[in-house]
Amino acid sequence: MIHLFTFKDLNIVTDTESGAVHVVSGTVYDMLSAAEHKKDRPFCVDASTQREAKEEIEELVREGLLFSEPVPEELVSPELREPVIKAMCLHIAHDCNMRCAYCFAGTGEYSGERSLLPAETGRNAIDFLLEHSGTRRNLEIDFFGGEPLMNFGVVRDLVRYGRERERELGKHIRFTLTTNGLLLDDENSAFINEHMDNVILSIDGRPEVNDRVRRTVAGGGTYEHIIGKLRRFVKAREKAGKLYYVRGTYTAYNKDFAEDVAHLASLGFGNVSVEPVVTSAEEDFALTEADIPELCAEYDRLADLMIEREKSGAPLSFFHFNIDLSQGPCVFKRAAGCGAGTEYVAVAANGDLYPCHQFVGEPAYLLGNVNAGNFENRLFDTFNTAHIFSKPACRDCWAKYWCSGGCHANAVHMNGDILRPHELVCALERKRLECAIGLAALAQM
Amino acid sequence: MKQIKTISKGSVKDIRNKGCGECQTSCQSACKTSCTVANQECENITTKRR
Ligand code: SF4
Ligand code: SF4
Repeated sequence: MIHLFTFKDLNIVTDTESGAVHVVSGTVYDMLSAAEHKKDRPFCVDASTQREAKEEIEELVREGLLFSEPVPEELVSPELREPVIKAMCLHIAHDCNMRCAYCFAGTGEYSGERSLLPAETGRNAIDFLLEHSGTRRNLEIDFFGGEPLMNFGVVRDLVRYGRERERELGKHIRFTLTTNGLLLDDENSAFINEHMDNVILSIDGRPEVNDRVRRTVAGGGTYEHIIGKLRRFVKAREKAGKLYYVRGTYTAYNKDFAEDVAHLASLGFGNVSVEPVVTSAEEDFALTEADIPELCAEYDRLADLMIEREKSGAPLSFFHFNIDLSQGPCVFKRAAGCGAGTEYVAVAANGDLYPCHQFVGEPAYLLGNVNAGNFENRLFDTFNTAHIFSKPACRDCWAKYWCSGGCHANAVHMNGDILRPHELVCALERKRLECAIGLAALAQM
Repeated sequence: MKQIKTISKGSVKDIRNKGCGECQTSCQSACKTSCTVANQECENITTKRR
């Protein structure tokens, strides 16, 4: 399978099964597109140009870089993986000091009561992860919420505990934290910058865009309360040479989200991520399939912004446009990126275990409790058998080895079927990948 | 080649010594609502590089 697209003035061809990427002449592009569509087309170039194009195509086919054969599924199936848990989303607080309209956690409480994770439960969760991690050395714990800074004493305690236990067992835990920034101060920032491998800071972009959905408990805007804190934090973090992302959600209210990325970049945030909102179609701010062309055009505008910034010597890193064409992860990982229910679990503030943070509070997905010490990964097979070889849409998708099959929670929540990825998200993922590949190709021209 | 410039030969087919499972869980990195592996690193290689 090949995929043809244009990016700026480049004709690009990707070979799905090898991952090869080529920039080609107009003649080659037309010939390949005719071959893809199994159509004979007259070409308006002279015979020698055509012959040359044909020979070059044939050479790449011989080298396995065009129309290459699939990797045998039985060799690389994710179903071969051992049932090992190596990553955990730890819900430090099922409470939040903001009231964002689109919050999948129901503004923090995850369809339960507002509560904070007790340190004891957190320690049990860490023990649980270590016990289930088999021979894996690198483990991950994300302090998540609600808002984890509302219970920061426990975060400190758990980092200390995790460090002790990893030493005993010869493991390495990477801690990360996701916060809305309201409670950031110099003291917690220093701790975070010392111990967290990555920090995700939530802000949606321009003040009016952010404040329309990201509200205070009293119903006011949050931008003015967080912006100074985020900038101060990022300055210190950059000085420490540590990774962070400012992360926004875009909705039907800001389909011109490139403006929001530009706004965040203009404030000095060099690593930005914005994600489409995933919510029920009844919401005012929900995105629908009718929005796809407009949203795709917006990703093109964002790519233009990146090119401009690169030229002006102030490059911007946009999460979804980062791509490693030279290597990247191995095919085992590419076949099923989402680790929900297999290598990844979420622990709620009361110790309940779920396949991922997006399933927290849903009884059908409850897998046990770290305090009670009961755990039955009864959904392992369901999650383990959901991968690019088993999802019909992914099998035929050119982007499968870069996308890895999408988010299981989206598939379940939007389509009621773990094997049916959410079409809107797929369209956007493919567009982002075209931009990412295009930008990487442009850099090599 | 005059009409084709290969930007990358891809690495999908390189399966030797792979599948160690030490790499990052995709969703943990920045999004929490999606997963993509295009921007991820192979731990096997980064460790060797260091
Ligand atoms: S874009 Fe959609 S269809 Fe393509 S691999 Fe990803 S989840 Fe599957
Ligand atoms: S189901 Fe979705 S949100 Fe959950 S881990 Fe997978 S990609 Fe992330």
